[in-house]
Amino acid sequence: MAATNTEVWQYGTVVEVGSVATNIQRIVLAPELPVNAEPGSHIDVRVRIDGREDRRSYSVVESNEGGRRLAISVLKTPLSRGGSIFMHTLQPGDQLEITQPLQNFPLRVGAARYILLAGGIGITAMINMARILKNLRLDYTLVYAGRSRAAMAYLDELQQLHGENLVVHVDDEGTPLNVRQLVASATTDTELYMCGPIRLMDAVRRAWTEARLNYPNLRYETFGNSGWYQPEEFIVKVPTLGLEIRVGQDNSMLEALEDAGADMMFGCRKGECGLCEVRILELDGTIDHRDVFYSTRQQTATTKMACCVSRAVTSKNLLTSDPPTAPAVVTIAVP
Amino acid sequence: MTAVSAQSSTTNKVLGYPLNVWYVAAWDKEVTRNPLSRKVAGRPLALYRTEDGKAAALADACWHRLAPLSLGKTVGKDGIQCPYHGIVYNSAGRCVSMPAQETINPSATVPSFPVVERYRYVWVWLGDPTLADPDLVPDMHQLDSPQWAGDGETIYAPCNFQLVLDNLMDLTHEEFIHSSSIGQDELSESEFVVTHDDHTVTVTRWMFNIDAPPFWLKNMRDKFPGFEGKVDRWQIITYRSPSVINIDVGVAKAGTGAFEGDRSQGVNGFVMNAITPESDKSCHYFWAFMRNYRLDSQLITTQLRQGVHGVFGEDEAMLTAQQAAIDANPDYEFYNLNIDAGGMWVRRLIERQLESEGRLVPLA
Ligand code: FES
Ligand code: FES
Ligand SMILES: [Fe+2]
Repeated sequence: MAATNTEVWQYGTVVEVGSVATNIQRIVLAPELPVNAEPGSHIDVRVRIDGREDRRSYSVVESNEGGRRLAISVLKTPLSRGGSIFMHTLQPGDQLEITQPLQNFPLRVGAARYILLAGGIGITAMINMARILKNLRLDYTLVYAGRSRAAMAYLDELQQLHGENLVVHVDDEGTPLNVRQLVASATTDTELYMCGPIRLMDAVRRAWTEARLNYPNLRYETFGNSGWYQPEEFIVKVPTLGLEIRVGQDNSMLEALEDAGADMMFGCRKGECGLCEVRILELDGTIDHRDVFYSTRQQTATTKMACCVSRAVTSKNLLTSDPPTAPAVVTIAVP
Repeated sequence: MTAVSAQSSTTNKVLGYPLNVWYVAAWDKEVTRNPLSRKVAGRPLALYRTEDGKAAALADACWHRLAPLSLGKTVGKDGIQCPYHGIVYNSAGRCVSMPAQETINPSATVPSFPVVERYRYVWVWLGDPTLADPDLVPDMHQLDSPQWAGDGETIYAPCNFQLVLDNLMDLTHEEFIHSSSIGQDELSESEFVVTHDDHTVTVTRWMFNIDAPPFWLKNMRDKFPGFEGKVDRWQIITYRSPSVINIDVGVAKAGTGAFEGDRSQGVNGFVMNAITPESDKSCHYFWAFMRNYRLDSQLITTQLRQGVHGVFGEDEAMLTAQQAAIDANPDYEFYNLNIDAGGMWVRRLIERQLESEGRLVPLA
């Protein structure tokens, strides 16, 4: 949405923090320049990781009093890039730089039926949407899948608000989500909005295409922060620049290249646009494609990658989680 | 710019426009398979019809490099193709094809605005789409009722929309601006009554036992050939939020009970006005003149349209000059008179709406 994506940076004061599930912290912010956050919108936050400035995107879970109180919820992922660890240290009274709400994931009013699908922390993008659909008395189902109840934020509140319209799947209770069944329940005028791990979203995309449903009715937002593998440290070589650099677990390949002085082009930095494309010359390991820019055909060809989100990993098999002995190595050409 | 309280801005020379409302974007006949570009409430729109005839309104700027979609063409069942690099959007504003790559970027959307087609108009809602209730479209039923016949036009008026609303809420100007057609001395001499509720303002004026001005004499003779004599004349102006004004107008043979409710010895018209802000200083002024007699006469329809066209041309010239004078004298304020009561209530209702949207700010 070109119109509403002008970034307006401002200070936000933390007014409330609290745990809402294992490793999930709810943070309520009072922005200086409040505007109401539409369903599907997120804010970008400037975070500090090892003294380095970076930004993270968080869905707005609740927007109250015309946006004077914005709630977000942050999952602490020990293996991720450190932004969430910073966010978990925030206390009431702290100030941080945030954008006014940005919209990449608008909810359209007017579909005959809605399915909202949340995997884990992805629920944060769905809460606001579900509330609006309920208020408008539209036909909707909120599907919420997680590993265990303790790890699923807002479960009780959602149960209370949405009753029958909420369907919960919990892995460790033996009621995992069956993607095929879910997609089979969609009709041609159903819109499905989803947010969750890349595996889940990929499975839904495939099932949606196979069911020959209308592709634009499948809506999702990706921040490029979930992959097929756990992130590992790996080595990038750029022969033309004489570079050999290590990409840490909590760093992206694009950032590592920039830090090493490579003049890199980029656009979205979240795996959508393909502007950060690099060509793969040699690979010792596997590429964990975390973008939504390449088709499956292009991803399996392993000739190019979106270096803002995608990584090299050692595991040849999705199921191995043995600790790597030597890091993966990818040799690339940059434009 | 800072927010100001409702009381003090009633006297602003020009007002901002609400967004959580329905505006007429176009006549139904204007929206076709050929995209139409029209700016409504500051937002450029591309308007088109899908293959099965549904009107669609998208932001007139492609997500990619903002090329105007209205310069593109409709494709497939409900798509529109950007004329620049060929991205195709459906009527919900979602990308369905990105020619230059194998996947579709999930962010590729343009805003799509709620649309209702009613009373021969295509209405759009530019504000919060979750509030876009079709029941809020203001009543203009005479436009497509079998009891009424008529037609209209669109005026592009280079002035703030509120100036047009002021104009229509106070018809004493007819005596001076429209002296050759509908103006007469009795207009400014007669009493008028103003009433209002939360969404409407009504100004009622009756003039008894007067000569019919040229426009009305002709209409009387269309219904009552050879008519001579005095008439009773009425103007009942009804404003409906946000910017529709329907004026019940007519004359009847004097003393035949029109005021009491029997209009059978007269002719009745409805002037249907929908004023759509385009920018702070311009608006689209959609009007039609509907009548409830000689319904089958296309000749009368045409004559009335041409007649009103002439009358409204006089208003257009004045409104253009008034906005120019406002701009040229930024340090002068309006003085509001008793005759402005209708217009002032309209301003009050618009302010309340702006206030409820948190958008009550003075315009430069
Ligand atoms: S910068 Fe957009 S995909 Fe990497
Ligand atoms: S500007 Fe529309 S496709 Fe490029
Ligand atoms: Fe006039």
